[in-house]
Amino acid sequence: MALILNEEQQLLKESADGFFAEKAPISQLRHLRDSKNEVGYDQSLWKDMAEMGFAGILVSEDHGGADFGLVGAGIVAEAMGKNLSASPYHASSIVGASIIAAGGNEQQKASLLPAITAGETVATLAVDETGQHDPEGSVLAAEASDGGYKLSGMKTFVQEGGAADQFIVLARTSGNAGDRDGLSLLLVERRAGGLIVDSTAMADSRGWARLTFEGVQVAADALLGEEGKAMDVLEPVLDKARIILAAELLGMAQECLDRSVAYLKERKQFGVLIGSFQGLQHRAAELYGEIEVTRSAILKALQVADMGGDFRWFASLAKAKACKTAELATNEAIQMHGGIGMTDEFDIGFFIKRARTVQALYGDFNYHADRFARCAGY
Amino acid sequence: MSNLETFRSETRDWLEENCPPLMRKPSSGEDDICWGGRNFVFQSEDQKLWLERMGTRGWTVPTWPTEYGGGGLSKEEAKILAAEMRRIKARTPLISFGIWMLGPALLKFGTHEQKLEHLPKIARGEIRWCQGYSEPNAGSDLAALATKAEDKGDHYILNGQKVWTSYADKADWIFCLVRTDFEVSKHNGISFVLFDMASEGVSVKPILLISGNSPFCETFFDNVRADKANLIGEENKGWTIAKYLLTHERTGISDMGLPAPLNALATEKRGTVDGEIADKMLRHQIAEHEIDAAAFVFTLERAKDEAKAGGELGAFSSMLKGYGTELNKARHELILKVNGSDAFEWEGQFSNEGAIARQWLRTKGNSIEGGTTEVQLNIIAKRILDLPT
Repeated sequence: MALILNEEQQLLKESADGFFAEKAPISQLRHLRDSKNEVGYDQSLWKDMAEMGFAGILVSEDHGGADFGLVGAGIVAEAMGKNLSASPYHASSIVGASIIAAGGNEQQKASLLPAITAGETVATLAVDETGQHDPEGSVLAAEASDGGYKLSGMKTFVQEGGAADQFIVLARTSGNAGDRDGLSLLLVERRAGGLIVDSTAMADSRGWARLTFEGVQVAADALLGEEGKAMDVLEPVLDKARIILAAELLGMAQECLDRSVAYLKERKQFGVLIGSFQGLQHRAAELYGEIEVTRSAILKALQVADMGGDFRWFASLAKAKACKTAELATNEAIQMHGGIGMTDEFDIGFFIKRARTVQALYGDFNYHADRFARCAGY
Repeated sequence: MSNLETFRSETRDWLEENCPPLMRKPSSGEDDICWGGRNFVFQSEDQKLWLERMGTRGWTVPTWPTEYGGGGLSKEEAKILAAEMRRIKARTPLISFGIWMLGPALLKFGTHEQKLEHLPKIARGEIRWCQGYSEPNAGSDLAALATKAEDKGDHYILNGQKVWTSYADKADWIFCLVRTDFEVSKHNGISFVLFDMASEGVSVKPILLISGNSPFCETFFDNVRADKANLIGEENKGWTIAKYLLTHERTGISDMGLPAPLNALATEKRGTVDGEIADKMLRHQIAEHEIDAAAFVFTLERAKDEAKAGGELGAFSSMLKGYGTELNKARHELILKVNGSDAFEWEGQFSNEGAIARQWLRTKGNSIEGGTTEVQLNIIAKRILDLPT
């Protein structure tokens, strides 16, 4: 397969770029932040995204989705990264929908996938329990109780936790922290008794939450997939999610470069445009190279993931490289903007805040560099 | 059967019959490369035979027109030929600066007579070429070159010096940038001429590098005659040709070899603990490097696919050149770390005459030759990012 976008994907890119630039520019995120919006995104935008087919981009046509594949999903994420568009796209349409599609039974799929596709239900994964991503380290307990399960423990860094209707909780049904076996995925409704949802205001002004489970009782049919075998379902889904996050980071990095280059062409000091200074030209040109190289790794990972098979190495490559490049791009953007880059009034600062949280989500650079090496056998 | 399928089966039969057995064995290094030329010493009768057969057919330069000694193949046919050669592990019959650099420039800028004169000899490997570009005071600022060409009617008389002339001591002819006008701005007084290295007044001195022997030479011209019949393009318009040729050179350099990952070397040399390279810091550095290297390999793949789909590579080749060569330098620093003090042995059998140390030092030139990394960044800033000068 050629490592370029095909015609259909190119058209999607044009329509996604136009859509988010018009419907969800950075001013929308600024407004959400300033109005202390608890939902964390603009609900009419999410409705429009569902109508565009973005909310069901990975969902099969049987369940009403667009079934556009991961390359398409990455194109949409990149456009959202450029505009810092806030929505439950990643949490629900990528992660939630993929877990249900991969692990759910026919009834679970039929009840949840069309609702996710329509934007009516937001499902999100609750996986991490500490500041470090470590799915196998989960200790939140799910004990057999009343023919179902009783959950006790906590989860943190839950995407769109502020607004989600369904939490997909990674819980330990047997074994100890660090064991790959013994983990199970359980569906927990937001209104379940004993579940405390604390919306957490994070640097990126998005809808994160911390969850506390005080003996939350769920029925046996809350189980997604096989008991104790959650990682077999979750790991490939997390890998897809990681590549899509990489695409979002790529969009941010590209926008940081574009805005910085535009600024270099208008700002004058010493009587000349600062873009004529070689010191700044080389910073921008090096960043350009890193972004292009990152773009290739991500497109490759998206294509390989679409083909199926083992794509763990590609996923960790894409996320690791995107983390590094996004870190560089957001730092360079502030430096190249000078003093104005430090002001809240100027938009460029929003990128570094969002980038760092996305970098941390589902494994940062170190996590994925280590995993990249292990996948390659060293 | 479609035309291409017929071509494939005919090609397969011909190669089967004509590729000598020794030429189907993997090359054991630089000594096995066939450069051609008047003074080339063939390593074997098979090597000579292979060049003759392929050269006669024009398949040393499959896509060049047949009237100029090429194979006249379409891109699709050339792909099939390459695939069929790979299938039987056939060696490349001829590698030369004539094929890689001068040929494309002559095809684009040469007259019919000039093409007829020079291209078939390149195709058959009869004449080996070198490139006279850099001078002691014209490196990154190549257009400042000062080798003087005096107009003597039907010929020029050349005086001056070139440097970094690869294989000048082995080449038969040179394609050379000279100054034909000192009065105008520097880009507008340069001409592109060809002449015989055996001409009176040409002398060559090889350059010893920090890595040891090298193909580079200093080349001196003392009243050398160059016929105007071998002026390519118009007088004083040589810079256009020079730039065209540099783009070819850059793409070639960034495309050179995709080395095997370092982890195999490191696990073998340094051992493992629980399946991981025993030295944790080294493992970390290798992983970081291999992430960049893998992403770069996919970038070369993407660039090729974009070119195939009809896109122009343009200044993107500057990014590939800069990134690729910096990566290669970093890689060789890591190879030193993997090998420890063994890496510094300079002579002797144990180290294969200091191969690791010499290769490491040689990579330092990668980001200088063919345009420094800084020049590539300037090109990106100007032509891609459109930043002001």
